[in-house]
Amino acid sequence: MEWSIRLVASASIIVIFLILLFVMREAATLFVSASTTATESTSSSAPSGDLVPESYDPGAADAPSSSEPEVYNPDAEEPATAEPAGEPGAPGQFIYASKNPKYPEIYNPDTGLLPADIDDVESEAETPDTLARQNVLTKLAGDSWQPVGEVPKFGLAPLLIGTAKTTIIAILIGAPLGILAALYVAFFAKRRVREFVKPAIELLAGFPSVVIGFFCLVTVASFIQDLTGVQYRLNAVVGGIGLSLAVIPIVFSIAEDALSAVPKTLREASLALGSTEWQTAYRVMLPAAAPGVFAAVLLGIGRAFGETMIAIMATGNAPLSSLSPLEPARTVAATIGSEMGEVVWGSEHYGVLFFMGVILFVFSFSLNAVTELYVKKRLIKKFQGQ
Amino acid sequence: MAKDLPLKIEAHDFSFYYGAKQALHSITLGIPERRVTAFIGPSGCGKSTFLRSINRMNDLIDGTKTDGHMVVDGVDVYSKDIDVVTLRRRIGMVFQKSIPFPKSIYENITYGLTLNERPSKSDLDSIVESCLRRSALWDEVKDRLHHSALGLSGGQQQRLCIARAVAINPDILLMDEPCSALDPISTGKVEELITELKDTYTIVLVTHNMQQAARVSDFTGFFLMGSLIEFDRTRSIFTSPSKKETEDYITGRFG
Repeated sequence: MEWSIRLVASASIIVIFLILLFVMREAATLFVSASTTATESTSSSAPSGDLVPESYDPGAADAPSSSEPEVYNPDAEEPATAEPAGEPGAPGQFIYASKNPKYPEIYNPDTGLLPADIDDVESEAETPDTLARQNVLTKLAGDSWQPVGEVPKFGLAPLLIGTAKTTIIAILIGAPLGILAALYVAFFAKRRVREFVKPAIELLAGFPSVVIGFFCLVTVASFIQDLTGVQYRLNAVVGGIGLSLAVIPIVFSIAEDALSAVPKTLREASLALGSTEWQTAYRVMLPAAAPGVFAAVLLGIGRAFGETMIAIMATGNAPLSSLSPLEPARTVAATIGSEMGEVVWGSEHYGVLFFMGVILFVFSFSLNAVTELYVKKRLIKKFQGQ
Repeated sequence: MAKDLPLKIEAHDFSFYYGAKQALHSITLGIPERRVTAFIGPSGCGKSTFLRSINRMNDLIDGTKTDGHMVVDGVDVYSKDIDVVTLRRRIGMVFQKSIPFPKSIYENITYGLTLNERPSKSDLDSIVESCLRRSALWDEVKDRLHHSALGLSGGQQQRLCIARAVAINPDILLMDEPCSALDPISTGKVEELITELKDTYTIVLVTHNMQQAARVSDFTGFFLMGSLIEFDRTRSIFTSPSKKETEDYITGRFG
């Protein structure tokens, strides 16, 4: 009996570890095997940026090769990289070519008018490993997210800003409401009210997030728009409210458990000193339950930035780098959720999505670690004496 | 029973019910001012219930009901217009288990003082010192006032709880078996403290320890099955009890 429990427990830990390993391995293709990534992306039709400078290599221009005509012919070249499967003469090539009339002018090796960044890429092209690595890092550090554009941009900044915006709004709304509700149910509510309210809110924790997302999409968005007259119907505030609906039950449930676990005698002692119920709850019970309440808020944060469906439906899902809460936002989790289904396997985009998964994991892990090691101790010290 | 002493707490036909179960049966007694009054009796006899009825701590239990009158300073504490919070500020309470707040020693003492007003730091400092001195704790904790009260020993914690109750300067101090979890040395210190405090406060003490009742109290009441069997000066109770049940109990024949 005991060995089976041990087996199941270690198996679940191993599974979690393997999932992490898998995510990290998929993300690592971005950084480690640069040459394979490059060839992979060539063969897998991804309109990868580093292909263009290779084709335009001026060295190749001096010594004409078989591929040269393609390189110099703007009509033929563009569809060749963007859509290698397409036959020459397909209507697509003309569209691609006409879309980029500037390319031949800029990259024309005969005139020598090469932009500086292209020069950089060329020099790195001699050592493909560093090329890919620097490329990826500068790409990830960019300020726009357009993964399926002709020149794909993988700047994470808008996504991180969007995640931070919605998470902060969700916690600012959800944590106080959840904690106050927990205080009410734990200390003020009559027994009959408590027996009804507690399971009702906890039921909300198991509420399908798609329903919450739909509710925000339809009702909350209209309400916020009527209230503020804001231009964008779906924005970070609506998304934050939606996420807070997911956060509140978690914060409530755990905070209520922590508050109820504080010995009743403590409450009696405080009341016997002539404090009101509220003073007792706020000044004695809440500090006594501080570690549990803090853990509740942390789990709420984890839920808020990991939540996918509400973020997809209610935030507007537009990767803007705006800090304004009344503009649309897109979270990291929502990006993975909405793009993973369509991404080309093994492509750069695919790697970036997994890399964001690693970011999510590392963030929640370090959040917990920092709390455990540092914040919790200080908090306990502050509220409960040294 | 000395009728000449002014009475602080009077119970008239006071009955108490936990739901349908009657815990106190028409208790009538008067507790004299600035004396130590002890209640003895076997477990479950209602002495703690009576004590907790004085400052209405029993209100916290759902489904309780009272009957008759409990009068403190001439006012019925169960009348409708009484403010329980104000009442409890006048009646300090020390519990069986020492329950310091999970705060520093200093904050434990100042908790009751800072609830409704903001005394200056120097006022607080002097109150903390005098309360800790009165409860004979000052020398032991003066170097770690801002450390957690949970780090104190059991006896120190209980004296801290007494200091905390004294800090809000009540008229009455209710003590519900304050020494039942303490070793003899700590018990001795708490008893000394009680003797010292009785000049200032009306102290009501519930105890299982009859030697303790005999040592520290001026008056003793004997409870049995929710009824007050006998209430008199401690000396008369312990030397010449008028009821047979009392005699049986204090001579250890039952209970």
